[in-house]
Amino acid sequence: MDNAIITGKLKTRFTQGILSVDEQGDMLTIVAAKEEIHEVIRFLKENESLGFTFLTTLCGIHYPDQELQLGVVYHLHRFSDNTRIRIKTFLPLENPEVPTVTDLFSAANWMERETYDFYGIIFKGHPNLKRILNVEYLDYFPMRKEYPLEDPTREDKDNRFFGR
Amino acid sequence: MGTANYIKVDPPEGYTSPGIFATMFDKVVGLARKNSIWPLPFATSCCGIEFMATMGAHYDLGRFGAERLSFSPRQADLLMVMGTIAKKMAPVVQQVYVQMAEPRWVIAVGACAASGGIFDTYSVLQGIDRIVPVDVYVPGCPPRPEQIIDGFMKVQELVGKEPLRRRYSKEYKDLLESYGIK
Amino acid sequence: MNDNRYTTLNLGPTHPATHGIFQNVLTLDGERIIDTEQTIGYIHRAFEKISERRPFYQITTLTDRMNYCSSPINNIGWHMAVEKLLGVRTTKRVDYMRIILMELARITDHLVCNSIIGVDSGALTGFIYVFQEREKVYEIYELLCGARLTTNVGRIGGFERDFSPEVIKKIYEFLDHLPKVLKQFEKLLLRNRIFMDRTINVGPISAERAMNYGFSGPNLRAAGVDYDVRVTSPYSSYDDFDFTIPVGTQGDTYDRFCVRQEEVWQSLKLIRNALDNLPGGKYVVDVPEFYLPPKEDVYSKMEALIWHFKIVMGEIGAPVGEIYHSVEAGNGELGFYLVSDGGRTPYRLHFRRPCFIYYQALPEMIRGGVLSDAILTMSSMNVIAGELDG
Repeated sequence: MDNAIITGKLKTRFTQGILSVDEQGDMLTIVAAKEEIHEVIRFLKENESLGFTFLTTLCGIHYPDQELQLGVVYHLHRFSDNTRIRIKTFLPLENPEVPTVTDLFSAANWMERETYDFYGIIFKGHPNLKRILNVEYLDYFPMRKEYPLEDPTREDKDNRFFGR
Repeated sequence: MGTANYIKVDPPEGYTSPGIFATMFDKVVGLARKNSIWPLPFATSCCGIEFMATMGAHYDLGRFGAERLSFSPRQADLLMVMGTIAKKMAPVVQQVYVQMAEPRWVIAVGACAASGGIFDTYSVLQGIDRIVPVDVYVPGCPPRPEQIIDGFMKVQELVGKEPLRRRYSKEYKDLLESYGIK
Repeated sequence: MNDNRYTTLNLGPTHPATHGIFQNVLTLDGERIIDTEQTIGYIHRAFEKISERRPFYQITTLTDRMNYCSSPINNIGWHMAVEKLLGVRTTKRVDYMRIILMELARITDHLVCNSIIGVDSGALTGFIYVFQEREKVYEIYELLCGARLTTNVGRIGGFERDFSPEVIKKIYEFLDHLPKVLKQFEKLLLRNRIFMDRTINVGPISAERAMNYGFSGPNLRAAGVDYDVRVTSPYSSYDDFDFTIPVGTQGDTYDRFCVRQEEVWQSLKLIRNALDNLPGGKYVVDVPEFYLPPKEDVYSKMEALIWHFKIVMGEIGAPVGEIYHSVEAGNGELGFYLVSDGGRTPYRLHFRRPCFIYYQALPEMIRGGVLSDAILTMSSMNVIAGELDG
């Protein structure tokens, strides 16, 4: 199906929610407002003519230079004609809340926990939002750009000899 | 029965006489222990697959007496830590080590177990010697099965030469104290 | 659950039957499983954070260690993702060589998984037979790239060296020898009464639930959905070849075993086709910004020296953009979401790891079954800890 048809249907249904559309990259990329993102994904999944029934992946991203610093990126896939679509939404750093999509896709359960673990994005309505990969007592969100890769408390490796 | 295919191992030093062989207790016990070590394969990642290849028919660790793997620490002699140990896993390694009965040895297989390997990150423990005392380190990423066998043979050497009272000595107790192990 | 008649049993993280370190706390009513709570992350190595620090050609050491039973697939998938970002087309020879390596890796992965299902149900012999065959594949890898397990094979644009005649001879010998061993392995397990009783109707999942849970790969195909990335969105000239995708009906353990076994036969057919029709040509395309020039040129020509210097000192950036590329790995759709801001390292690299996504369906699959069925279900899903935690 043509990207233009998908964009047309989305823009008709969500007049305010779709903030930008980009068709130049490898797949159709849409930026949606965080209030509408759940309905956008539900529309893409449940509308018979669209039918994107597979959530490929869900991840977070951090742009410290933007006004809305944290983002969530969803990739959806329709098997019948191999169409993929990428939907992004951006959130402010002070209050990074976005509704969960676990009611639409059970696959999003652990993916949202991983995004919370790495970036601190809160998914409202998630059944079990706690850290999944890191230790529970970790008190910061490690994938944000301001934190270093290495553990600053290690004493056996001297940064002078490791070129850092 | 010819002796052409046999490699004779020299007996330990001692006094021989018809029907009598007298030697030190340590040496006999060491000889018996080193040829029947029961390892605990603590395989976490890629080195675990190389260990599975070492236990397979081609490289066969069973020839060295380690045929019987023990997954229960209470029945194991040698803790083989193979693979990356993250900080989340560190208390588990220490609990497994504490449950093992003396005499016990630890071999750190692979770069990640020896020093953290290529993963110098906030979530990976930089070597298991941060939490348990290690006897032999086998470097490699992953080490070839021949290297793992070489490390195992070094452990056999250590086991054969260990004095009987070592585990009750003050130095050993201080070593365990420094790791916080009672 | 605080009901006193239920028992809580801790399975893991170190347990002989869980292949990898993850923990399941089971709530049991006698032997029946009521519920399970999963904890993972015991081998979290922060791949995504490390990859923000490393130049593009150094990330293969990370992708190697994700699904370490079949590392060439991960490496080649990453190279294809970077080539998609750069807009580089590879030659047919490179594509066919990549297909041969990826299918060899897929064979090793499926052989490990199937023999481990045998071990968990008590049949150790198949494991010993199969590991002997994996040594032959390791010898092929060693001739190609020098390493057995974490191969780091291939470069952006192709390969570091061509297939030598020795490699081609070894692959043909492997192709002739493996079918005999596979038939012996199948005779042990495939129509074995005990094995079938232990695996049929164990850990089933329906096609709709599997799609909702984001399953892909052999687990999804066993549930009845014929989704294979090699066919749906072909890459690396897979559309030149004719192969069938095995699909199961019920999504239980026996279906997963049979789907993987049949995929091994299909991979053998693919490798033989690719090797018989291997076209001539170059084994690498021209990507001077990422492929080190040959040493003779570095010592004699000026531009080669400058490129060598720039690559090694890390002064070359990639174009700005974001792409998503996926390949059919041993466990399913392995995806790379790469965001580049023009620097020498990725700005954000997210790995879509199939194990992580389908392992969350385990509670639904084992609820109502007995404990020994849970062990077989876990091992038939082929959970590799390196890919689970990443």
